[in-house]
Amino acid sequence: MSAIISVKNLGIHATASGRALVDGISFDVHPGETVGLVGESGSGKSLTLRAIMGLLPEGVTLTDTESITVAEQKRLAMIFQDPVSSLDPLTGVVKQVAEVLRYNQHMNRHEARVQAADLLISLGLPQSLRTADRYPGQLSGGQCQRVGIAIALATKPNILLCDEPTTALDVTVQLQILDLLADLRQRLGLTMLFVTHNLGVAAHVCDRLIVMQHGHIVETGPTTAVLHHPQQEYTRRLVSAILPIPGEQHR
Amino acid sequence: MLLVLVLVTIGVFLIVRIVPGDPAQMVLGLKARPEQIADMHHRLGLDQPIGQQFISFVGTLFTTGDTGQSIAYNVSSKALVLSRLPVSLWLIGCSAVLVVAISLPLAMVAALHKGSWIDQLVRIVPTITLGMPEFWVGLVFVLLFAVTLKIFPVGGIQPGIDGMLYSMALPSLTIALAQTPFIVRSLRTRILEVLKSDYVVTLRAAHLPERVIHRHVLRNALLPALQLYGMKISFLVGGTLVVEQVFGLPGVGSLLFSAITARDFPLIQAIAIYCALGVVLISVIVEIIGGLIDYRVRGELGCEQAGEAA
Repeated sequence: MSAIISVKNLGIHATASGRALVDGISFDVHPGETVGLVGESGSGKSLTLRAIMGLLPEGVTLTDTESITVAEQKRLAMIFQDPVSSLDPLTGVVKQVAEVLRYNQHMNRHEARVQAADLLISLGLPQSLRTADRYPGQLSGGQCQRVGIAIALATKPNILLCDEPTTALDVTVQLQILDLLADLRQRLGLTMLFVTHNLGVAAHVCDRLIVMQHGHIVETGPTTAVLHHPQQEYTRRLVSAILPIPGEQHR
Repeated sequence: MLLVLVLVTIGVFLIVRIVPGDPAQMVLGLKARPEQIADMHHRLGLDQPIGQQFISFVGTLFTTGDTGQSIAYNVSSKALVLSRLPVSLWLIGCSAVLVVAISLPLAMVAALHKGSWIDQLVRIVPTITLGMPEFWVGLVFVLLFAVTLKIFPVGGIQPGIDGMLYSMALPSLTIALAQTPFIVRSLRTRILEVLKSDYVVTLRAAHLPERVIHRHVLRNALLPALQLYGMKISFLVGGTLVVEQVFGLPGVGSLLFSAITARDFPLIQAIAIYCALGVVLISVIVEIIGGLIDYRVRGELGCEQAGEAA
């Protein structure tokens, strides 16, 4: 099967100093699989994800714009680390989702609102959203992340890029969101690229892991192989630092 | 807010009595005999102890909303202020609209093209206009647009609504130019902050068109600028005084000018109290608009119970 995302010799550097932040990494993601990009802070994993989305933050530059290829007709969506600040605080959440539906799927205002409420409720938000919209500040972190997922799904994506989507959440909510993502992936046939520094989270959702350090790929392989037989010292250290996700061991 | 009104009432009552100058002397002229002046004092109630004067002043203020007969015009001060009020309200309204119409696009363009020549221009020009006093700008406008180019009237009010707008063009632009620099700067800074926030990335990632994203940005940037603007608009009430004088507009500002010259106590008091009332009303309006923009302000105002996270 041909790759849905193909990254070849990707380099990202700081615009001002020219320092390399991601230094010539290559990997492929195949349709339907969930790949985890793991590593410590500053390893370049989030930048890699942003580069694939085409939304690099200010101050960094892609060395070669042709180093990323996404298969034709495939749509990308992204969910973010801080669910609360990733939503416009002054717009109701149903309205935010409806807006994305309107501009991505050419619905009229009313239709979009109804569909937005349906989508949010199907993702586990309260029924009351149908009659009364809520602002992000009136929802919990977990609920806001569900809204973030709804916004991503409203663009009808084939590929979902997840940038530490559970890091800012309470440990008990983490598992709910991970389960929701796993469920969506199966139902919608999504391909997922999952960035996390938490190998426990990666182990829960990913088929395959790419371990990064200082902008380089240290090790890659199927999740079980990487976790049980790490080849590199750095990976061994990451594995030994795994914190169990509460609730996971009871299942 | 009520406190503001009370303090202004007491303050203006005391100040007009402390400053030098005698209204009776002003009305009767310098050659008036002492018994004429004493007679006038008696008719105006100025011979009573100051405490008694204050009580009767507050008494009439509460019962009729008036501050007594104007000494110079010999009609009700309230009626006099109300007859001049429309012109001043037009002036404040027009300049408020102009400030918004000038500031919003400038700040947005400057922020979106940060560092470009247009951004530099938006940052430098206000620094220059800030140094120009309103009466001077007003006079330059009159010379340029009214005397030389003959596009706008030199002063005064023309009949009808279009005439009013026509007459307001130069004076309100004069006021607006003094107000915009603060607003543009605060708005530009705030827009730049908002552009860096996480939710703008979310909106971009959701493939929304730029104009929809700008709407979100502007809404989030607006509140601090609006609150600053609310304060500025209160100063603007004072600023109209000079501008009305320059353009010969028959508004409350020019009325105050003549009232002070004539030491017309009741009229000065009426103007001060109605201006204070106006400032209070404006801040209420600003709060309400703030509530429309941000539900959290609405919560503070007590209009809406903040919903529990369901």
